[in-house]
Amino acid sequence: MLEGVGRKRVEELFEPIPEKLRLGRALELPASASEQEVLAHLGELAARNENASQADWFLGAGTYAHFVPTAVDALASRAEFTTSYTPYQPEISQGTLQAIFEWQSMTTGLTGLQVSNASMYDGASATAEAALMAMRITRRSRVVVTAGLHPHSRQVLDTYLRGLEAEIVTVPRGADGRSAPLAESIDDATACVIVQQPAFLGCVEDLAAAADAAHAWGALLVTSISEALCLGLLRPPGELGADIVCGEAQSFGVAMSFGGPHLGFLAARQKHVRQMPGRLVGETVDSNGQRGFVLTLSTREQHIRRARATSNICTNQGLCLLMATIYLSLLGPRGLRELAQLNLAKAEYAKARVRETPGLSLPLDAPGFNEFVVGVQGSAATALARAREQGIVAGLDLEAFAPDLSPELLLCTTETSSREAIDRLIAALAGDRA
Amino acid sequence: MSPNATRGFSYEEPLLFELSRRGRRGAAIAAADVPLVDTRQLLGDAAAEDEVQGLPELSEVDVVRHFTRLSTWNAAVDLGIYPLGSCTMKYNPKLNEHVARLPGFAGAHPLSPPEQVQGLLELFHGLEGMLAEISGMDRVTLQPAAGAQGELTGIMMVRAYHEQRGDRRKQVLVPDSAHGTNPASAALNGYEVVPVPSGPDGILHPEAVEALMGEQVAALMVTNPNTLGLFESHIAPICDIVHRHGGLVYGDGANLNALLGVARPGDMGIDVMHFNLHKTFSTPHGGGGPGAGPVGVKRPLAPFLPTPVVVRAPEGGFRLDDDLPNSVGRLHGSYGNVGMLVRAYAYILSLGAEGLRRCSEMAVLNANYLLARLRDAFAVPYDQPVMHECVLSDRKFAESGVTTLDVSKRLIDHGYHPPTIYFPLVVPGAMMIEPTESESLESLDRFADTLLAIADEAQRDPDALHQAPQHTRLSRLNETRAARRPVLRYEPHEEGPP
Repeated sequence: MLEGVGRKRVEELFEPIPEKLRLGRALELPASASEQEVLAHLGELAARNENASQADWFLGAGTYAHFVPTAVDALASRAEFTTSYTPYQPEISQGTLQAIFEWQSMTTGLTGLQVSNASMYDGASATAEAALMAMRITRRSRVVVTAGLHPHSRQVLDTYLRGLEAEIVTVPRGADGRSAPLAESIDDATACVIVQQPAFLGCVEDLAAAADAAHAWGALLVTSISEALCLGLLRPPGELGADIVCGEAQSFGVAMSFGGPHLGFLAARQKHVRQMPGRLVGETVDSNGQRGFVLTLSTREQHIRRARATSNICTNQGLCLLMATIYLSLLGPRGLRELAQLNLAKAEYAKARVRETPGLSLPLDAPGFNEFVVGVQGSAATALARAREQGIVAGLDLEAFAPDLSPELLLCTTETSSREAIDRLIAALAGDRA
Repeated sequence: MSPNATRGFSYEEPLLFELSRRGRRGAAIAAADVPLVDTRQLLGDAAAEDEVQGLPELSEVDVVRHFTRLSTWNAAVDLGIYPLGSCTMKYNPKLNEHVARLPGFAGAHPLSPPEQVQGLLELFHGLEGMLAEISGMDRVTLQPAAGAQGELTGIMMVRAYHEQRGDRRKQVLVPDSAHGTNPASAALNGYEVVPVPSGPDGILHPEAVEALMGEQVAALMVTNPNTLGLFESHIAPICDIVHRHGGLVYGDGANLNALLGVARPGDMGIDVMHFNLHKTFSTPHGGGGPGAGPVGVKRPLAPFLPTPVVVRAPEGGFRLDDDLPNSVGRLHGSYGNVGMLVRAYAYILSLGAEGLRRCSEMAVLNANYLLARLRDAFAVPYDQPVMHECVLSDRKFAESGVTTLDVSKRLIDHGYHPPTIYFPLVVPGAMMIEPTESESLESLDRFADTLLAIADEAQRDPDALHQAPQHTRLSRLNETRAARRPVLRYEPHEEGPP
């Protein structure tokens, strides 16, 4: 091969690199390792992380421990899906393209909107991109955000908007856990109101009221979904007046994986399609009139529009989208409804146990889905540690997230929380030792 | 020459929604061991009245066959060379897939207390250190979820750096050959983007940068090797010029696969850069992600790194630290695409220092070998030694009316994924070919033979190229129609599914 390129030594290939810029030494990295050695080392690192398969798990707060049917990973692991890339050549990417089209169809149904893209990085950046989209549509720069937006999503929103001339206004939490009335915070400079559903502390927000308040001033309602499973039970936000529905769909068959890769999504009204960020797949025909799918409306995107693109996003979370599409195909409409009802029932059972247990309390009255706040006696950290000794991961200490509520925990129950585990959790939080 | 693919056993497969039959189920839900509740009573109007919209009703077999059939319609690295320029479609070792799925990684939660996730935090710390050594940067954040988010993060740090010095610069310089994400990321930061023309030899020249440089310029964004596959050999003096005017240099790491163990952006004057773990460090591309776009910085930019950062804990071990007062803030809901970080870490450990250098050597050798074999049959707009990729064009076929698109579609008939086409924009009709180090001599020869045969065919029988692809399930798709009359979701036709 060297002969073929007229060289004697491989080093000569790097002649375009000025001598003084070459490293001239070996990288200071470990020597190569065999598969057996790498696996042993990674296995040792993995063993030092608490994980949902070894504990009774009640920690959610944006990342949820749901059961994933075996077929999801079996199909999504197929190398034809994993080792392909963005479907630039539609004739040999129809598998990926059709799956994206199916995802777009599912998410428009679930959200009650008309267009959905081929994923965003995660719920947090999807929410930030939704705000930017609303600012483009309305040509306004004020963003009203409820305190119920996940604190990390809020931080990401702040980060994304910092370089632009935008103002962010926060609506506080009301006494029952839902957002305080929004109307006073909205004005004719407001681009959008962002309401997370369910709110960070688990309460189900009144989206219809939020939509009315936003629309009265010509602002858009952005609904950020943190626990996508709620869409199995709640009315589609688009039907309630949401203009953009975005958020995190990790609950649909994607591993927790320390928070990523997850699945951001973003859906909107038909009339706003040209302001959407991200990839879109559309139906078309081939030269023989057969149906097929292609990436479309690309003139919104960075590779065509460059500095004037609707977003800089390029590589997104394609494989996670595939997992979610497979997951939702397996569950179907009735499975998703039943699963959501089961999650709600587990939470209601746990809340009932909290109510009857001395020393524990439910400080927020608003109804919720599968997450809720529990007040404990003493310190939340102590309660968590006590539970952990019994193999129970008992939720999130709210001290750092909602200091006004301390000492309290944010608990999540899913289909993986058995009644016995919930009973053990309640006993551990109440101070009983196993 | 025997074709690389033949007509096979290929299935038609409708949309999920067309397969749907009322009452079918693909997954049973666990039995309720607690009392069910009346959702309307509990949630009132917020609860859905109708059944869930948008989902099909299918059995597990239906679903398995559906997605298995779909998968057979994709080209993939595991099926053959995927020479998509600037995307580094190298082989993705199976070990990395396995380790990312270990329950200790896949089942870990981002809000577990640090003492419960020390394995991951140690991995992050180790990977940051390895990426810093590979790139010559001082600090690394693993948080950005893809290269474009890395660019956004990097330019945010540039802005924060200038602002802290009371310096409100307005412009970012971006070469005309740059990826579209560069100008888009700069614009998202509120910067005006000023294009820098590359020279007649395809690379940047100090004079061109000097002419645009001034107190108003926050940064120059540069991809090295650039998208023509050429090393920016004036990079050091160019960085000097930018620095002399108080600006910073951003390095787009999309093409880092050419430089591992050979040269380091940090030694060239680059101040901040991103890595594409899904390119250089072999995490699978997943049909469009997830990727990962860590960012490395030189020390002066370290105070602006996004939060949280991984730090050593005083009591031993590691923790995530949010207390970085000058940080640009948080970019991701957690700490990025962690599953990809695990894969990249395993990849670097497997190869080690020598293996990484060998990767770049082979990647560069393969690209030059292909260029040598194709040089006479195709137009080569910048005919000089390349790094990891080479760019050809369709200029020689002007008379026969054969375009780059035609050549690409004909490659498909021969069982090959085409190169990146019509990019970079500085080359009309560009074909950007990146074979990567994963391809053997035989694989490269077969691919080159095919392209040579197509070049020959372009002169003899242009129609065969205009009609391509003909061996695929679908022929050329009508992209204009898709954009003019957008159909972006399934809508049941007259007679819906029963």
